[in-house]
Amino acid sequence: MARTISYREAINEALHQEMERDESVLVMGEDNAGGAGSPGEDDAWGGVLGVTKGLYHRFPGRVLDTPISESAFVGAAIGAATRGMRPVAELMFIDFMGVCFDQIFNQAAKFRYMFGGKAETPVVIRTMYGAGLRAAAQHSQALYPLFTHIPGLKVVVPSSPYEAKGLMIQSIRDNDPVIFCEHKAMYDATGDVPEDSYTIPFGEANVVRDGEDVTIVAIGRMVSVAEEAARTLSSSGVEAEIIDPRTTSPLDTETILESVENTGRLVVVDEATPRCNLATDISALVAKEAFGSLRAPIEMVTAPHTPVPFSDALEDLYIPDAQRVTNAVKTVTEWKS
Amino acid sequence: MTDTLSTGVTRELDENALLDAYRTMRTIRAFEERLHDEFATGEIPGFVHLYAGEEASATGVCTHLDDRDSIASTHRGHGHCIAKGVDVKAMMAEIYGRRTGSCHGKGGSMHIADLSKGMLGANGIVGGGPPLICGAALAAKQQRTGGVGVAFFGDGASNQGTTLEALNLASVWNLPAIFVAENNGYAEATASTWSVAADNIADRAAGFGMPGVIVDGFDFFAVYEAAGEAIERAREGGGPTLIEVKFTRYFGHFEGDQQTYRASEVANARENLDCLKRFRSRVTETGQVEAAKLDAVDAQVADLVDAAVDEAKAAPKPTAADLETDVYVSY
Repeated sequence: MARTISYREAINEALHQEMERDESVLVMGEDNAGGAGSPGEDDAWGGVLGVTKGLYHRFPGRVLDTPISESAFVGAAIGAATRGMRPVAELMFIDFMGVCFDQIFNQAAKFRYMFGGKAETPVVIRTMYGAGLRAAAQHSQALYPLFTHIPGLKVVVPSSPYEAKGLMIQSIRDNDPVIFCEHKAMYDATGDVPEDSYTIPFGEANVVRDGEDVTIVAIGRMVSVAEEAARTLSSSGVEAEIIDPRTTSPLDTETILESVENTGRLVVVDEATPRCNLATDISALVAKEAFGSLRAPIEMVTAPHTPVPFSDALEDLYIPDAQRVTNAVKTVTEWKS
Repeated sequence: MTDTLSTGVTRELDENALLDAYRTMRTIRAFEERLHDEFATGEIPGFVHLYAGEEASATGVCTHLDDRDSIASTHRGHGHCIAKGVDVKAMMAEIYGRRTGSCHGKGGSMHIADLSKGMLGANGIVGGGPPLICGAALAAKQQRTGGVGVAFFGDGASNQGTTLEALNLASVWNLPAIFVAENNGYAEATASTWSVAADNIADRAAGFGMPGVIVDGFDFFAVYEAAGEAIERAREGGGPTLIEVKFTRYFGHFEGDQQTYRASEVANARENLDCLKRFRSRVTETGQVEAAKLDAVDAQVADLVDAAVDEAKAAPKPTAADLETDVYVSY
């Protein structure tokens, strides 16, 4: 039975169900319970934005608060994963990858290959990304392209509560290291989510909306931005097909190419900064593999090549919005060679 | 159980155990000295960092370990691999970049691993191992196996934030973890007396609420004793220990290092500071092991290393079909 719950609740429910199902699943991170060693209540926070709330009391000994030592506890999660556990470590903000990236990209990502196929590292690193909360340059970035670049990592960017739950359960059950990118401005977004456990496979894009005139590939929170644009465009007679890749690694190239072969036009919407991001990656793919189908140059709607600004006046300009997507679609649909 | 050694060693090692420890140390020494010679021929690709001179550390610690236990190693990892039971021939083949190697030729000297033996890998990143060992120790604790995790790292890594974070986390979580700082005097070409802003690395243990111990790294029995205490405490839930093993390496940072930063201590070390010589004189003087049995081990080890090199050289290299395999379990 589906009911309407939030993105935050969907992730919490996925963790809950997997911890129930498999006792090798551990949760760890800064304030994932909150209150360790403090005179007040245990599970005071359940994570800085409440995603892990309630797990601490339900699963004694399996929700671990940590010191603010990302290298140590992300590394510990990775080490434990090689020894039969399925840890879910929370790297609170994706920006903090800077203080623990070695453990992720030199250790976890490489074990399997470097050790000749003899290692399995089923770790999930949950992390929140994205702009919109006036959190400024060091708490707002969309850094999933950096992880996508690394062979050995899988990268998940859920766009809705339904996707979040199914992809989290898949992430925990997956036997490779997974970076699970939660958009911090979406935690209160709601949607229909089945109560029962379910998985969404990696590398299978979701066609969010059918359309004949243009393909919009959108990542994470940009899916809802693309949907808003598509509604506007529809009223002026342009039907956009929206594709949510769901995972940036692996990437479902087939669904994207099939769509572009049908529409002949591509707009990629990516909240990341514009150099070497998903927009450039997907554009290069389409330019190479579907060149003959293209009826207009590809458009990319991204953040500018700047850090994320603080002031609302600037941050609102920074984040791709429906108007920019609409403009990009008009550019490709009205393009004349 | 048999006699205890007379000089304060309370954990008994019978003749077989002493011969096993000697065999491990001799294997490491012979393996590394042979690599030193073979590297000079130009046949071995990449970077090779030799552990000769440091054998008592890996052996003194790993003699206490079994299949429940995990270790993490360093770029100077051959000794730890051998001491944890990784197949010597597969190691040699790996160093030669062969498909028959421990990692099918995809890892090389700096990444030899055998997870089935609890060997979580040599590691090309200085300070890479200690956080991982917190995880191995956490897994053992959660699974109630009684297992421990041992992180070997060098004096260079003792200055890495990852190591210091791991020491703190291990104490905070009360993990069954042992941190073995192998202070061979130099981080690459920089003296540890300069780069470590404390008299001893072990002194840092106090800052992380755990015992710190200094041992003579040329003395197998000193390492064995200190490690035994720490491992026993860890297995019983008593938390982590930092052990600093002091010695010097016989060869350079990597093969090809001219070592112009060093004085004449190397020749002196080989003559007077040799864990194998000390071990031999001690166990023969106490009458625990006959010299002839040690000689027999030397001969067997020499044969093993000869065979390992011959087989490695004859083994096939990986092929194009291997290039893109084993990146993921599934993708």
